[in-house]
Amino acid sequence: MQREVHVLTRKSPTCIEARGVTKTYHSSRGDVLALQNVDFEIPEGQFVSVVGPSGCGKSTLLRCIAGLDLPTDGTLEVNGRQVSGPVIGLGVVFQRDVLLDWRKVIDNVLLPAEFRRLNRREYEPRAHALLEKMGLTEFAGRYPWELSGGMRQRVAICRALLDDPDILLMDEPFGALDALTRDELNVELQRIWSETRKTVVFITHSIAEAVFLSDRVIVMAAKPGRVVDVLDIDLPRPRPLSMRETREFGTYTGRIREHLQVTSVWKK
Amino acid sequence: MESDGWWRNTAGARTIVSVLVAAVLVWEIAVRLFGIRSILLPAPSVIILEMIKIAPWLGEQTVYTVLETLAGFALAVVFGVVLAVLIVSSKLVEKTIYTLLVTFNSVPKVALAPLFIVWMGTGIEPKIAMALFIGIFAIVVDTVHGLRSVEPDMIDLARSLGGNRFQMLSKIRLYCALPSLFAGMKVAISLALVGAIIGEFVASSNGLGYVILTAEGDFNTPRIFAALVILGIVGTIMFYAIDLTERACLPWHVSRRRE
Repeated sequence: MQREVHVLTRKSPTCIEARGVTKTYHSSRGDVLALQNVDFEIPEGQFVSVVGPSGCGKSTLLRCIAGLDLPTDGTLEVNGRQVSGPVIGLGVVFQRDVLLDWRKVIDNVLLPAEFRRLNRREYEPRAHALLEKMGLTEFAGRYPWELSGGMRQRVAICRALLDDPDILLMDEPFGALDALTRDELNVELQRIWSETRKTVVFITHSIAEAVFLSDRVIVMAAKPGRVVDVLDIDLPRPRPLSMRETREFGTYTGRIREHLQVTSVWKK
Repeated sequence: MESDGWWRNTAGARTIVSVLVAAVLVWEIAVRLFGIRSILLPAPSVIILEMIKIAPWLGEQTVYTVLETLAGFALAVVFGVVLAVLIVSSKLVEKTIYTLLVTFNSVPKVALAPLFIVWMGTGIEPKIAMALFIGIFAIVVDTVHGLRSVEPDMIDLARSLGGNRFQMLSKIRLYCALPSLFAGMKVAISLALVGAIIGEFVASSNGLGYVILTAEGDFNTPRIFAALVILGIVGTIMFYAIDLTERACLPWHVSRRRE
């Protein structure tokens, strides 16, 4: 399996590359090793999920890719350039939608244009188009608190996509949503990804969600946070939700679950 | 149906008015029943008559005091917000100015009034200064608190968008601080009125504080009460003016969502 990964990455240019990424946090109770020697490659245009138990450092990893945190050791390259600070030009979707309460939906979506001192008016049609794609046209003039959790997260995705980034980083974006809304957004995200073919790094603790959405799943374990497996998901697209009941799907989720159990329960 | 809606919408106001009217009635009856002398506690009717008698002059004094209060308050908001921004932006400013401000606030500000008279004379300036100094602390403390209560996620968002410190302040921090700023303003407006009256007590020939002081000299208790009633009304109006502004400015805030 690992060999195949290498062959695959040779075909398309590497977009995100981690080499021996290690991250230590200093706390009052001593140093915490959040990430230990993490290596992986994410080819351009792939949908890659990172799955693992709480505390395995998957969010830390995403923060390092975004440049919000810097690794203590090792190197991280995004689009061939070493990350040394916040990486501009990639979209980030956080676990909580982080919409600004005082801005209407449309103004929230246009926030990146304002921050990057781009012409707001130029981006307005695109913002409306994104909202339309998400079925939110009639909510453009509403305030975030008037929207449901699922709608809010959709707005956050529109905001991340506003200036058409090559890379989309998503940190458990659907973790706070109910199961039905989550399914719905999984299908929608798959559709958007198929249309745009952006490189996506998707953090989740749901094994089914990871397999359903991804071309590749990176499995992590905790204490210390490290990569224990990398799987390529070879299921045809577009994937309907019903695919989650198939045997092939079960084979993938079974293999990932095995890793998580071995590393998190049996060691105790 | 329409009058029904009006009846329901004014329920809050009608409650307030009924309670006030009832209290005034009890007061009036008690004063007449027990034959309390006007020099100790005048009946509401006597106070109202006094107010009507000197209405134009009283009006002038009220305008004077309100102007002092609003000028002091406005300056407190401007300087208070600027100070708060400086305090959260720089550790040095926090260690120096904030420390001084806290120390300064511990001094009873009434005790500063004579000093302001010495420095600024007996005109309107020392009263504005009193209103400013007595009100600014609430503004600074609340705004600093508000500027600091930004969710870490929002800071991450701004950083990932390549935002600089100024954008972080102008597009995120200031908005997060608005609810706290309004809370501080509600405290400060009442304090500013207190400051203006203190200033007038120390040395003045205008304003409601001056009215009270001169009426005291003449043992004119109804006039003292007349000034007090106006102060109560003015203070209430100013408080609710800020409350209304808050409602208009922060329709998105948690405290307004169920309305």
